[in-house]
Amino acid sequence: MTYRLPPAVGEALTNAWLVGPATVGMLVLIFGPVLAVAVLSFTDYQLGAQGFAWIGLENYTVLFTDPIGQRAVVNTLIYVAIVMPASMILALLVALGVHRVASWNATLAGVLRTAYFMPVAGTLVAMATVWQMLMHPNVGLFNQVLEVVGVPGQEWLSDRGIVLYSLAVIGIWETVGYNMVLFLAGLTAIPEHLYDAAEIDGVRPGWDRFWTVTWPLLGPTTLFVLVVTAARAFRVFETVATLTQGGPGFASDTLVYAMYREGFVYFKAGYASAVTMVFFVFVLTLTLVQFGVLERRVHYR
Amino acid sequence: MSSGRIELKDVYRRYGATTALDGISLRIAEGSFTTLLGPSGCGKSTTLRIVAGLEPQSAGQVLIDGRDVAGLRAAERNIAMVFQSYALYPHMTVRQNINLPLAMRNMNVWQRLPLMDRLLASARDLEAAHRTKVREIASLLDIETLLDRKPSQLSGGQKQRAAVARALVRDPVAFLLDEPLSNLDVKLRLQMRGELVDLHQRTGRTFVYVTHDQAEAMSMSDQIAVMMDGSIVQSGTPRAIYERPATREIAAFVGDHPLNLVEVQASSSELPEPFTSFAFDTRLTNDTVVIGLRPEVLVPADDGLLAGRVARIEYLGSEAVATVVLAGDRTIRAVLPTHSALRQPGDEIRFNFDSDHAHLFDGSTGARLKARLVPRSPLRATATGPAS
Repeated sequence: MTYRLPPAVGEALTNAWLVGPATVGMLVLIFGPVLAVAVLSFTDYQLGAQGFAWIGLENYTVLFTDPIGQRAVVNTLIYVAIVMPASMILALLVALGVHRVASWNATLAGVLRTAYFMPVAGTLVAMATVWQMLMHPNVGLFNQVLEVVGVPGQEWLSDRGIVLYSLAVIGIWETVGYNMVLFLAGLTAIPEHLYDAAEIDGVRPGWDRFWTVTWPLLGPTTLFVLVVTAARAFRVFETVATLTQGGPGFASDTLVYAMYREGFVYFKAGYASAVTMVFFVFVLTLTLVQFGVLERRVHYR
Repeated sequence: MSSGRIELKDVYRRYGATTALDGISLRIAEGSFTTLLGPSGCGKSTTLRIVAGLEPQSAGQVLIDGRDVAGLRAAERNIAMVFQSYALYPHMTVRQNINLPLAMRNMNVWQRLPLMDRLLASARDLEAAHRTKVREIASLLDIETLLDRKPSQLSGGQKQRAAVARALVRDPVAFLLDEPLSNLDVKLRLQMRGELVDLHQRTGRTFVYVTHDQAEAMSMSDQIAVMMDGSIVQSGTPRAIYERPATREIAAFVGDHPLNLVEVQASSSELPEPFTSFAFDTRLTNDTVVIGLRPEVLVPADDGLLAGRVARIEYLGSEAVATVVLAGDRTIRAVLPTHSALRQPGDEIRFNFDSDHAHLFDGSTGARLKARLVPRSPLRATATGPAS
């Protein structure tokens, strides 16, 4: 006689079997490392060292009081504050334009879409070299153009007061294409009959139509773009690493670059972990706030 | 005050090489309920969109109250439209949805900004007037309790009412309705049909209704324009369309039951089986003639001239549909009453029908023929007999 499990137990086992592998993977690959980093951030552990000591919040105190640490935090916040809104507004404008073009010339729209998406598809490190050439103080295109107009050229990547904004411009250029594709998808998803209804209701094309139909219905897309852009902007690293190495004099130092420098150049794993935790908390808070505040207002179905 | 007389004069609509509308001409009387009826893709929705001003015509004129409306925006034509999908704005409450046409017509861009009713006296007054109007319309359609809900919280029928309320609120000269009932379930559809007819009578406005459902068209309209392949093939009262369909296709499209079509050779002097007891009342030169008999005009009678055998019975409660094999192996369907004893498969059955209800169409063009199918007179039968 074969023994049969009670149905409830059998079902529980099936569930465990189905959910188990993914859960284990997530615990091992995501939650485990996060926890390890969190623990490390309270130590003075150095990569390769034999032992470590618990130093409590000292890593965090250093990060927020030391001028260099502060610089990284403030720079990152400034960078995000520029790149996030600018790349979103530009992307929305470009998407509206391309969407309009698509209604009378699909081929041209396709070409434009590809062109704007190129920076996303390309390797940023390679692209950064191109920017370096463009921004070169002597032979760069920017300064040459300025010279023609009669404006003195700038040291785009080596002037303390400018370098962060130069990086922000590259960041915007890099993000607009990606956001544009997202906005385009959102625009395409707006049902045509709503525009018909708006036309019948006397909503004039242009601003009225945008404000009455397009913008509210883009809500879910905008929220998603906001979250993705924030995460991308916070993560800024490649341009810093290839163009400025955080310089001159930490004027373009950012959180992730600081983390890389402290952890992989100076091997201060404990301190790097603290930087990582701060970065993590920033992104998490921003995401939670965005979802908490906005989600109720943008999903209609 | 405009009245809502609509006239289409030779309207064409072309998309590149394809012609969607091929010379549409139609007069819609003020206050009438006119239905554009046709299978999908026949151009009825395009016609409606052109009247609404959502799409330009390639050629021809649209006149509203005698005035050419070319170049006028939809709102300037003061026409309201109800869409198949209702097209309610999902982010607005029902109240805001109904209010929007009023706000767009009466307020400028500053007055429409949020919270302006607290700052601008003019905005406050308009807002108050609009609130009253919205409430009035909502009570007319019995949706007052739903005003603060979002469309996603409404059932199909409620959305439909909200969409009608939004159309009504501006007091338009004409209502265009594009398949407004096709997303509803059968029961609700019947109910909304009645409500729309009531609404038409109460408002006295012109209604132009687009549907592919002939039962909707027949039951609601004063005038039906049957469209096929981008043209109006017949227009008239529902009764005229049903009783005197201009072509075979129209005859087959209109009516609750599928039309029986029997093709016969017309050239010989005698009609083949099963119409041997019949003749055409005028001499026909057509090669073939299609005889159209609606299942509901066949009356079972013991002395009927159309004889056959019941093959199948579908009992539907109020009636039964019999599939009958006639002499000459022609199969037709007939609607039988169910108040008397039901026929069984295998039973002999004979039918009579009113000659006015037998439609004759040309076999090749499908056009209606003037001739009638009449019983052979006994006199004529003897005259053609061998006794001479």
